[in-house]
Amino acid sequence: MADPQNAEAKPKPAAAPPAAPKAPASMAATPWEDELTRRLAEQYPDQITEFSTYLGQSFLVAKPAAVVSIVEFLKLEADFDYLADLTAVDYPKRSERFDLVYILYSFARNERIRIKTRIADGEKIESVVGVHLTANWLEREVYDMFGIEFANHPDLKRILMPDGWEGHPLRKDYGILQMDNRWVKENLGIESGQ
Amino acid sequence: MSDPEHLSETVTAALREAPAGEGGSARRMTLNMGPQHPSTHGVLRVMLELEGETIHTARLDIGFLHTGIEKEFEVKTWQQGVPLTDRVDYLACLSNNLCYALAIEKLLELEIPPKAQWMRVMLVELTRLNSHLVWLGTHALDVGAMSVFLYCMREREDILRIFEAFSGQRLMTSYIRIGGLALEPPRGWDQAVRRFIDAFPSKVDEYESLLTRNPIWLERTRGVAVVPVADLLDLGVTGPCIRAAGIGWDIRKSEPYSSYDKFDFEVPVAAEGDVYARYQVRVEEMRQSARIVKQALEGMPEGPWQADAPHVVLPDREKMKTQMEALIYHFKIVTEGFLVPQGEVYQTVESPRGELGYYVVSDGTARPFRVHMRTPSFGNLQGLPAMIEGRLLADTIAAMGSLDFVLGDVDR
Repeated sequence: MADPQNAEAKPKPAAAPPAAPKAPASMAATPWEDELTRRLAEQYPDQITEFSTYLGQSFLVAKPAAVVSIVEFLKLEADFDYLADLTAVDYPKRSERFDLVYILYSFARNERIRIKTRIADGEKIESVVGVHLTANWLEREVYDMFGIEFANHPDLKRILMPDGWEGHPLRKDYGILQMDNRWVKENLGIESGQ
Repeated sequence: MSDPEHLSETVTAALREAPAGEGGSARRMTLNMGPQHPSTHGVLRVMLELEGETIHTARLDIGFLHTGIEKEFEVKTWQQGVPLTDRVDYLACLSNNLCYALAIEKLLELEIPPKAQWMRVMLVELTRLNSHLVWLGTHALDVGAMSVFLYCMREREDILRIFEAFSGQRLMTSYIRIGGLALEPPRGWDQAVRRFIDAFPSKVDEYESLLTRNPIWLERTRGVAVVPVADLLDLGVTGPCIRAAGIGWDIRKSEPYSSYDKFDFEVPVAAEGDVYARYQVRVEEMRQSARIVKQALEGMPEGPWQADAPHVVLPDREKMKTQMEALIYHFKIVTEGFLVPQGEVYQTVESPRGELGYYVVSDGTARPFRVHMRTPSFGNLQGLPAMIEGRLLADTIAAMGSLDFVLGDVDR
């Protein structure tokens, strides 16, 4: 969460006591340290760049190449046996444009952690389907919505949008009213879906 | 139908013995089920490859109800996002409202007064009853028991009337807002809820008398769609479906939100993991939800129903007309919304279908930077092929009904 995306932040509400709390400039995360982070830091000394906690939720930032290995380590060695969610966030102004977010849960520890990694547009990342089957559809959705490709995914194709659709709707440069006019014309026989 | 599981094994075995090559493959038939099929309760396409009556492979095609809700969040203000959440899982609107509101309130670090929290719990449990009633009625209808549907819709109507009294809407209530509730609870709400909840447990007995020992129901549901529990977890199946397979995991207990830790209820669990066990778990959940609603009703705290946060919550009408500050806040909130501190949060609640999660990213402005929904139906539906492959085609309907997915929730 380094750089705010909207360069022009909205002006603060005019002075009307009591004033609204001021939004901090960046996410005020605090370091996360416990037995698990020590083991992870030992296992992946150069691969994990940050351990943080924000609002009581812990996350780590890892390099893309290590993600599958970390997810597998957490599953086998630390009981994080359920991949609750996998999604992406687009920061178009950043050189490594996408944040991929893996949300893991451990039934044994009753604990949730997130793994975040940054990848550039066009860069491929290894699929975690081999570790968690549920990633199959989740990765397809990320591919469909953001155009992030997963290497060694068993069936990487669009899941929510039609197969022949051009563009990836959840990218920030994809307009809210934008659509694939060619697809709409060919398949629906109308000029526009609007 | 005699013993469906046994029969399915015999058929599969017979087909395995059939000569391979042309003769074998000629027996395969591809059957397209949906997108418009009554038992999918939405638009879901299932491509089935059949060997006789046995399903060899099942492939799912989803996305027919994709409406780009996640994208739409990014052009709305934070509070304007609430009505969008209603439209995701249209049978559990308030659960979605609650999850979204809790996520934003966490980012804002707002404290919600006890009355609002208890009111939320009560309404969300009524939502669970509403959702389970629709599920039970339609599931029984799919499997062939027509009358259950009429009984369930009768009680559902009462719940919808309660929702209407609270919010003015029967289905898309948007009643839980960031910072509390949308409106003050209506006069006489407690009598309406009490009338309903006092009568409800005997209604559950009625449904059970129609189904629980009904031989046809037992034949159609017992031993159907069983998947090893490790596979269910691996596939991301949550909610009643894994509780019916022996895992007593309920987010209301494990990660309590909105004062759930102050309520006394049990998490029903069954061991068999079949369609019948899912039925048992959900029916028992209805009784437990009724218990929670009753506790909420009896212990409802006094006090405000909105957070003390004038920059987030719209001011009282009276104040707005008499106080300058209130008018300014009203104008600010309505015209440009409120700012949410930069950060990200993942909030889960136990929706009637399982784990519902909102992953929300804020860049410090008045609009969400990214809202992602981890919907329970999406995870549950991914478990469907494992439940029906190698089994009889007729069991597909029972298996789909027992998963209780809402296609709006799958496709968003």
